[in-house]
Amino acid sequence: MDVIVILLLICGLVFFTGGAVGILRFPDFYTRLHPAGKMDTLGSFLMVLAVALYNIHDFSWAALLTSLKILLIVLFIFILNPTATHAIVDAGFRAGMRPWTKEDRGK
Amino acid sequence: MKEHPAEKRSSQPVNAFGDRPGNPSEHHIPRPIFSRIMTFIALLCLWVILSGRFDPFHLSLGVISCALVSILSGDLLFPESRTGGLFRHTMQVINYAPWLLYQVILANLHVLYLVFHPRMMDLIDPRIIRFDSKLKKEISLVTFANSITLTPGTITMYVSVEGAFQVHAIDKASGEPLPGEMERRIARAFEDE
Amino acid sequence: MVNVFLYTGLFLCLLMVASLYRAVFGPTVLDRLIGVNAIGSKTVILLLLIGLLYDRLDMFVDIALAYALLNFVAVLAASRYFQKRKGLYEEPPYK
Repeated sequence: MDVIVILLLICGLVFFTGGAVGILRFPDFYTRLHPAGKMDTLGSFLMVLAVALYNIHDFSWAALLTSLKILLIVLFIFILNPTATHAIVDAGFRAGMRPWTKEDRGK
Repeated sequence: MKEHPAEKRSSQPVNAFGDRPGNPSEHHIPRPIFSRIMTFIALLCLWVILSGRFDPFHLSLGVISCALVSILSGDLLFPESRTGGLFRHTMQVINYAPWLLYQVILANLHVLYLVFHPRMMDLIDPRIIRFDSKLKKEISLVTFANSITLTPGTITMYVSVEGAFQVHAIDKASGEPLPGEMERRIARAFEDE
Repeated sequence: MVNVFLYTGLFLCLLMVASLYRAVFGPTVLDRLIGVNAIGSKTVILLLLIGLLYDRLDMFVDIALAYALLNFVAVLAASRYFQKRKGLYEEPPYK
């Protein structure tokens, strides 16, 4: 059980690292949203799952209830994170920010 | 300063808030009792999970507040109010989830590869794709937009009520399979058309 | 096992610092918003890990849930606010 938990934690950390590095490396606002929107979602999903699994390790009804709450966090993250991403990209789109294209490379 | 962002986009209408044609919820008359009971049950489940206490005091507080909310705004959560297909409906939505999860993992591996690639600037080639979706219901449009954001290399930029999408794709290959299979699966999951 | 959670939390803090760079030095306002959103989604996990470390997960779960919702509302409100500002152009470099 502990092995699965540690494995999930490490996978989540890898995705979170990818998200953070992607936010730093990508050239413009729209491309930065790709790692921010996707990888934070999957990273949170994996790590929250790890915490829920570890919590249910020694079974009791209170622990089960807590794990259910944690799964509720997963559900919220899956709905809210893409929506927040879309809100940010919509704000940028309405403000008229021009997407970075390949022709901008030389500048 | 005002025209510098808008050179490319001036021909197409930039959406405003007020462009929704009519109120979409006035087409069907809801069966209020059923939807209120469903809302009450869902809210009560949420209350029990969140409060975590089963003594009569907390339970009665939950029943009172859930009843109040479901009487006041009970037609928000289940606006269609079909008695028959609800269970089947839920099962289809649950069927959709594992496929979405698989796609999300694929997407993340793709973006992870892009992020840690040393010549990342050569690989990415951002572009904007426009297409029209055939989905009609609002819930399926919302799910489709969120799924696009979660899946390989694409982010929804703009959705209209008629189903016109603008998608920002991070490279050429990732934008091509849209609207494709995902739209078909969502149409099946939400019984659209 | 406790050590694993501790080091995971520490690494998460490091990643938050990396995202903080984008939140502080981002060229536009919306870049900063991306950084803030990333930090918020990491904080939810960090709260859960802290709950495991202090053995009070049942309490910290509620805080994490509230924080997730609050983060979402904050990002939504901020993006709605900034899209009303018409001329959202590149800010001068931070000095």
